[in-house]
Amino acid sequence: MADIFAYIEHNQGVVDDTALELLAAAKKIFPDAPVTAIVMGSGGDVDKVANEMTASYNAVWKVDNAAFSFPDAEAARKALVNILPGDCVLLLPHAHFGMDLSPGLSIKLDSVFLSDVVDSEGLDGNTLKVIRQEFSGQVSTHVHADISNGAVINVRPGVFQPDESKAGGGDVVDKSGDIGDVSVKRKYLETVQAEAGEVDITKSEVLVSVGRGVEEEDNIEMMFDLAEAMGADVSCSRPIVDAKWLEKARQVGTSGQTVKPKVYMALGISGSFQHMGGVKGNPFIIAINKNPKAPIFQMADVGVEANILEFVPELTEKIKEL
Amino acid sequence: MEILVCVKRVPDTAENEIEINSEGNDIERDDLVYSVNEWDNYAVEEAIQIVDKVGGSVTVATVGDEESEEVLRREMAMGAQNGLLLTDDAFEGADGKGIASILTAAVKKGNYDLILTGAQADDGAAEVGGMMAAMLDVPYASLVNTIEVQDGKLKIGREVEGGNQDMYEVEMPCVLSIQTGINEPRYVGIRGIRKVASVEIPEQGASDLGIDASNVGGDAAKVKRIDYFVPEMGEGAEMLEGSTEEIIEKLVEYLKAKGGLK
Ligand SMILES: Cc1cc2nc3c(=O)[nH]c(=O)nc-3n(C[C@H](O)[C@H](O)[C@H](O)COP(=O)(O)OP(=O)(O)OC[C@H]3O[C@@H](n4cnc5c(N)ncnc54)[C@H](O)[C@@H]3O)c2cc1C
Ligand SMILES: Cc1cc2nc3c(=O)[nH]c(=O)nc-3n(C[C@H](O)[C@H](O)[C@H](O)COP(=O)(O)OP(=O)(O)OC[C@H]3O[C@@H](n4cnc5c(N)ncnc54)[C@H](O)[C@@H]3O)c2cc1C
Repeated sequence: MADIFAYIEHNQGVVDDTALELLAAAKKIFPDAPVTAIVMGSGGDVDKVANEMTASYNAVWKVDNAAFSFPDAEAARKALVNILPGDCVLLLPHAHFGMDLSPGLSIKLDSVFLSDVVDSEGLDGNTLKVIRQEFSGQVSTHVHADISNGAVINVRPGVFQPDESKAGGGDVVDKSGDIGDVSVKRKYLETVQAEAGEVDITKSEVLVSVGRGVEEEDNIEMMFDLAEAMGADVSCSRPIVDAKWLEKARQVGTSGQTVKPKVYMALGISGSFQHMGGVKGNPFIIAINKNPKAPIFQMADVGVEANILEFVPELTEKIKEL
Repeated sequence: MEILVCVKRVPDTAENEIEINSEGNDIERDDLVYSVNEWDNYAVEEAIQIVDKVGGSVTVATVGDEESEEVLRREMAMGAQNGLLLTDDAFEGADGKGIASILTAAVKKGNYDLILTGAQADDGAAEVGGMMAAMLDVPYASLVNTIEVQDGKLKIGREVEGGNQDMYEVEMPCVLSIQTGINEPRYVGIRGIRKVASVEIPEQGASDLGIDASNVGGDAAKVKRIDYFVPEMGEGAEMLEGSTEEIIEKLVEYLKAKGGLK
């Protein structure tokens, strides 16, 4: 049986939600195997996070090095290649750091890479059976991987229920001395904070959120009219920002803002996990989409199958009459 | 600067609803409209803009079959100087590592300073770029959303959580995977496509690339997609039915009840 590891993301000592989701994923795939947490960082934060993880994980490996005072995947990859057993299984969150680190790590470890895994059907000999999605969740696939040489598995954040059982009780093992040379040809300079916008959608109670279904820049005005009639603010999905139709500060999602409104109205948004990852606080979600099979209808409370370009003006008129 | 951009031909999700075929082993491909993976257009646009500033040339490469040639032509109509079709029956069934191995072999045949990929394919796993960098043993950055050339090095920005951006200085050669929004890819009209319609696009197979086909094709693939399926749907949303007027009436009631109207 291969050794199982989970990479713990943390931000200045604050453990990411995915830490216990990975534990749940590991236990679903390998029900009886011990799981070791890997905590990398620099200074007191590492000890704090490592100690916290002992409650849940069977062992914790900590790596304390100035190279990891910010999350640097290039350096982390070199360190991990040196400390991990060759045929191990490593789980990471499928997010900005894991996307940077994992594909290359699988090559260096000569193991397989499984990306954005949403579920598992367990292990059959050396064949690991997982479920992935393609085309923004429109279809799912069963993927089988030969993990006899190990695996690097990126797990989608937010799909496994965090394992809160605190049944770990492991010790912290200091691996800082074993990481070898972690110098890299990609030098970190600084982190540029996102710019604030005209409105702060993180404070909005009601959001009218516009997606690619709006089709053309000229139609955005129509969505502002609805928002004005409702007393709501306008937010959007990423393609609208990429097209420069709205400012970045209005983007909801993992690479945008995290919002906590009471009511979230998604107009022409398909419901990708990167988008919905920014919708928190369990709002009442209304989805209007012309495709009845759009994944957003699985997440919404109320749905309308309609062309927003026809439906929204009528809705706006009606609200104005109230 | 010599830049290689990897591009993939994918079903165009804006043009089709993705459905599963009757055997359940693939999506229904008969009437599918294909296009260039969305991310790859940003990568090609970025390469063209860099070459416009500092000189050099842009080569677009794809691993695929004869039909994949059209995506190369489209990117050449955008302004890429060269195309390269990597095709061989033995490549069939390659997994992400196989595709990365084939592209890596093509990189080694050339003399590239910079290799760009999309951050992910619509039907993909966001893996090929990072794997290539590891195979080539060169630096990698994913989700890149700015590139600036500075005396032999690159200053790049990587998108991270919350819309923040991590800035790095990267040595070349390197592999970067490009995130959407880095630029505004230029429009390609019919006339642009016509201009490059008769340009010869070289093809290379396993022997041209000097790779052992049994190491990259279906037999070597350790990751296998078994089938496609649509998961059991949960309850999902309460779908509002009736005439538009009735739907709007119900919706307004919900908005009032849930605090959606001020
Ligand atoms: C690392 C990374 C980070 C990302 N971060 C974010 C993020 O922070 N936020 C984010 O939003 N995305 C993010 N994305 C992108 C994300 O994966 C999706 O591509 C994106 O959310 C899709 O936006 P959309 O739903 O508006 O568009 P699509 O997925 O194209 O959906 C459009 C929807 O509109 C419907 N539609 C079309 N026309 C109409 C009409 N006339 N009337 C009604 N419905 C219509 C369609 O049926 C479809 O469901 C990220 C991606 C990556 C790789
Ligand atoms: C019918 C069918 C069955 C398949 N079965 C399997 C299977 O069983 N197992 C399996 O692993 N794969 C299978 N594939 C292939 C799989 O869809 C991918 O092509 C492969 O895994 C490449 O990686 P990706 O799509 O994850 O690309 P990603 O890593 O998501 O793409 C990132 C970037 O890499 C570059 N890139 C990706 N693919 C290419 C390419 N072909 N040419 C040039 N550049 C490229 C592009 O720049 C792209 O933006 C199958 C494909 C088809 C059509």
